[in-house]
Amino acid sequence: MTLELIPFLKQMLSLPGLSGNEAPIREVIADAWRPFVDEISTSPLGSLHGLRRGQAAEPRPRILLAAHMDAIGLMVTGIADGFLRFTEIGGIDPRILPGQAVIVHGQKDLPAIVVQPADRLVKPEHGGSPLPMSDLLIDTGLLPDEVKSLIKVGDLVSFAIQPTELSENILYGHSQDNRASVAVITACLLELQHIRHDWDVWAVATTQEEETLGGGYTSPFAIRPTVAVAIDVTFAKGPGANDWRAFGLGKGPTLGFGPNIHPALHNRFKSVAEKLDIPHQVEIMPRHSGTDAFAMQVVAEGIPSMVIGIPLRYMHTPVEMVSVKDIERAGHLLAQVIAGLAAEDVNSIRWEDTND
Amino acid sequence: MTESTPLSLPEIGVEQIALLERLSNAVAVSGDESEVRAIVLDAVKPLADECSVDALGNVLVTKRAQVENPLRVMLAAHMDEIGFMLVQDDDNGLYQFQVVGGIDTRQLPGKPVWVGRKHIPGVIGAKPIHLQEAGESGRTIPLDALRIDVGPGNGGKVKPGDRATFATSFQQIGPSLIGKALDDRLGVATLIELLKHAPGNVELLLAFTVQEEVGLRGARVAGYAFNPDLAIAVDSTPAMDMPMWDGSENNRYNTRLDAGPAIYIADSSTLADPRLVRHLAGTGDRFGIPYQFRQPGGGGTDAGAIHTRRAGIPSVSVSVPGRYAHTAVLVTRFNDWKNTLQLLHAAIQTMTPALLSELR
Amino acid sequence: MKELIKKMVEVVGPSGFEGAIRDVIRTEIASHVDDIQVDAMGNLVARKGQKSPGGIRIMLAAHMDEIGVLATHVEENGFVRFTTVGGVRPHTLLGGRVIFVNGTRGVIGGERLESPGSLHSFEQMFIDVGATSRETCPVKVGDFAGFDRPFADYGDRLTSKAMDDRVGVAVLVEILRTMESSPNEVYFVFSTQEEVGLRGATTAAYAVDPDLGISVDVTGTGDTPKGSRMEVSLGKGPAIKVRDGGMISDPRVVQWMVRSAEASGLPYQLEVLEGGTTDARAMQLTRAGVPAGCVSIPCRYIHSPSEMVDIHDVQNAVKLLVALISQPVSLG
Repeated sequence: MTLELIPFLKQMLSLPGLSGNEAPIREVIADAWRPFVDEISTSPLGSLHGLRRGQAAEPRPRILLAAHMDAIGLMVTGIADGFLRFTEIGGIDPRILPGQAVIVHGQKDLPAIVVQPADRLVKPEHGGSPLPMSDLLIDTGLLPDEVKSLIKVGDLVSFAIQPTELSENILYGHSQDNRASVAVITACLLELQHIRHDWDVWAVATTQEEETLGGGYTSPFAIRPTVAVAIDVTFAKGPGANDWRAFGLGKGPTLGFGPNIHPALHNRFKSVAEKLDIPHQVEIMPRHSGTDAFAMQVVAEGIPSMVIGIPLRYMHTPVEMVSVKDIERAGHLLAQVIAGLAAEDVNSIRWEDTND
Repeated sequence: MTESTPLSLPEIGVEQIALLERLSNAVAVSGDESEVRAIVLDAVKPLADECSVDALGNVLVTKRAQVENPLRVMLAAHMDEIGFMLVQDDDNGLYQFQVVGGIDTRQLPGKPVWVGRKHIPGVIGAKPIHLQEAGESGRTIPLDALRIDVGPGNGGKVKPGDRATFATSFQQIGPSLIGKALDDRLGVATLIELLKHAPGNVELLLAFTVQEEVGLRGARVAGYAFNPDLAIAVDSTPAMDMPMWDGSENNRYNTRLDAGPAIYIADSSTLADPRLVRHLAGTGDRFGIPYQFRQPGGGGTDAGAIHTRRAGIPSVSVSVPGRYAHTAVLVTRFNDWKNTLQLLHAAIQTMTPALLSELR
Repeated sequence: MKELIKKMVEVVGPSGFEGAIRDVIRTEIASHVDDIQVDAMGNLVARKGQKSPGGIRIMLAAHMDEIGVLATHVEENGFVRFTTVGGVRPHTLLGGRVIFVNGTRGVIGGERLESPGSLHSFEQMFIDVGATSRETCPVKVGDFAGFDRPFADYGDRLTSKAMDDRVGVAVLVEILRTMESSPNEVYFVFSTQEEVGLRGATTAAYAVDPDLGISVDVTGTGDTPKGSRMEVSLGKGPAIKVRDGGMISDPRVVQWMVRSAEASGLPYQLEVLEGGTTDARAMQLTRAGVPAGCVSIPCRYIHSPSEMVDIHDVQNAVKLLVALISQPVSLG
């Protein structure tokens, strides 16, 4: 079975699926994963669980790979003279909104624009400064009566920008956070087709990461994995992101290190990457990793966790930019780490012997 | 009116101080508690019925009771301390760093530090006053302008990812115990002493937790794993019992030094179970052990993560008061520590299942 | 129902000290339920019915606790300094009255400020219980209090302290009084410590382990002069929550509630609340996850001593919830 990674990623980046309402994207991912897993199911919160069984004797250890499929966007809070007032789903800098093309998911999908009222119409002290979200509006181009009949409070609004390749390797689009990581897991599953692995692999597309880490808390409770790996985007060096928290675009996935990561897992991923010459970068995370791993690590009795980062420019804007090579490298690294996990390696994920 | 004590209460002697000193001087910042974990494992393994290290690095110890159907009592003390993490190598022995846990950045400039388990010495320097502009010394130096400096040529000894702490060596001066990380090495040492003197009437479940300072992370999973009948977090809490700037009554002291262990009624993370508060205060009254109530509000302890686990776990916190919390040096009193240990021991030894039979 | 609401709101029960209100509720519901438990966090958990074919386990949650204050220090001359319990804001306090769990009543006074007319901070206020010294003060450090303000009936509009969430409590009690049969196993959870972080609901949800969770709580409105921009108004029906500051309702649950309201001819509003959350969040994130939603009672002046609701919204919320839980649930 084959799957073309870039077309699949572009397909995902064209779909809505905001936090709490992931159904549109979930079906597409389920269709893509179905040929590569033994079982596929949906959690009570809508997370997608795909199980690819390992070869070791039961009871087999389990590795959970989590990438959140929910995207940030907007939600209608009111209708005034045919214009829509809105709030955010997930964290959005309101400065990127004026002039953005969006889709309002009312009774049907309606193309629209986020607009900034002229200065003379807003509070005098706001004139000339970026407007808070509460003062921006969405214009559908339709007349008030039709707006009222098609749209209601609570309707979702997603970004309309179509994914675009800037070159063979560099792709921009909205929702790369975190559909790029769903592509990573997909690439891993593809490679695992040709690999014998001992451990069970749970591929999980989680929900609501951008709002509550809901999928991150609840999926591991059901699955109880031996190890959990969160794959999420991280900051790539670029305008506004140039310090120790940002990494080279196209220079390889990042391996997290810090309290949210079990050092034995970090070391294992690092040594496999070094052995196989997979370009990678080390990401120091002094506190919260900002990913599903923050939730997964403290589920039930605790789960040894790891974070893999895909460098991305302009996070939480509709023009998020990644290197497809980084996605492929991350998928390859995951597959090779999984390949090297023998059933008895459970015992190697411990604290006493981890050295610097 | 105190009862004559049929209980023999544990004392703090030279051995206990020596243990506290080793614990205080260890470098164990949230996420990398191994130096303290090793000391703890060494101390508890000969005494425990069961001992394990879990997925996050908590040390979990069980000491079984000598009676049938005992109350299962969990105690938690955190092994981690606030500190720093090196994040970028700037060459010449200079490293950018981040703060782990809550530290007021005004406490940083001009301090010596230890980096990593090998305690590589370094400093957090500051701009010379001669080179400053007018008014500059009235502004806090931002974190991104500070560096940990291990000296030119020594860059190979440390690397980004290493943790660091203030380089404070423990001292006992008069009535005071002074050192870094006494929040919560005092709690760790207390749990070890309670284990040594384990009364047989309850099953003791001791959790030496990790990552308390970055969100009560270890306690959350330890609470779930143990699922005890009740839990007590043993920590250290600020004593801000110094004179007000204008001589007015200090009504926001939180706790006071020399007034004994501080029993919590409420902090930001937990509304203490009143049954446990009453039992602790009653124990103090009964055996003549001094105690105080911590002023309600603010702060948080491992109890915050434990009490909302599973179907709910009645919990309370007891802390040793300390001045200058979350800085390079904590000042605590020998007597406050001793009384904390004795209050907890007596409270545990006098616990029965009837304690929780009344509704909350 | 007004009498029931009055009975519920007037009990003193700040977060952590819900015993008195729990006793009142228990008396009201005992004859209507099959089982009653009080758990380690003080939650009152009552079960009605067993799962029959086509039925599921539903958890309904309304919180018993109210916001309040907590004594932090008693001064030499008997004045009481305090901190807050839950989301109390300073501008609702000055000149107000409180009542401690031990029955002591007091007035909230303030220090004289440098610039008159500015807002007092909590540290610049104190409670005067009429004591003249620390020794003779009936309040000590650690004593909890709630607002002391009686219920008032303005006809369609009712006002009191603690409508949040005693009106939700009253709704649950009234559901128990009026519902007939149900194929579902329904847990009526009167939760504790919601105002300080959904703590009671967190543990109750774990224990109950429901298939579906619905909270009943108040929500804000946008219908007061130069108020928040919000599409919810008093008197336009119970609000079906789409989203709040801590939770996105399961869209299938929202659709199900809307269908039921329309089928029953009941008024309803769609709610997006930008700030604040309810026990539904705790239910949603429990164990392996629970589809969750919330039926809200529109309420003006939330977290003030004079919260205001409309009796018709309350009655329609009862009807909506009875309709929802009395049928097999199909989320589709």
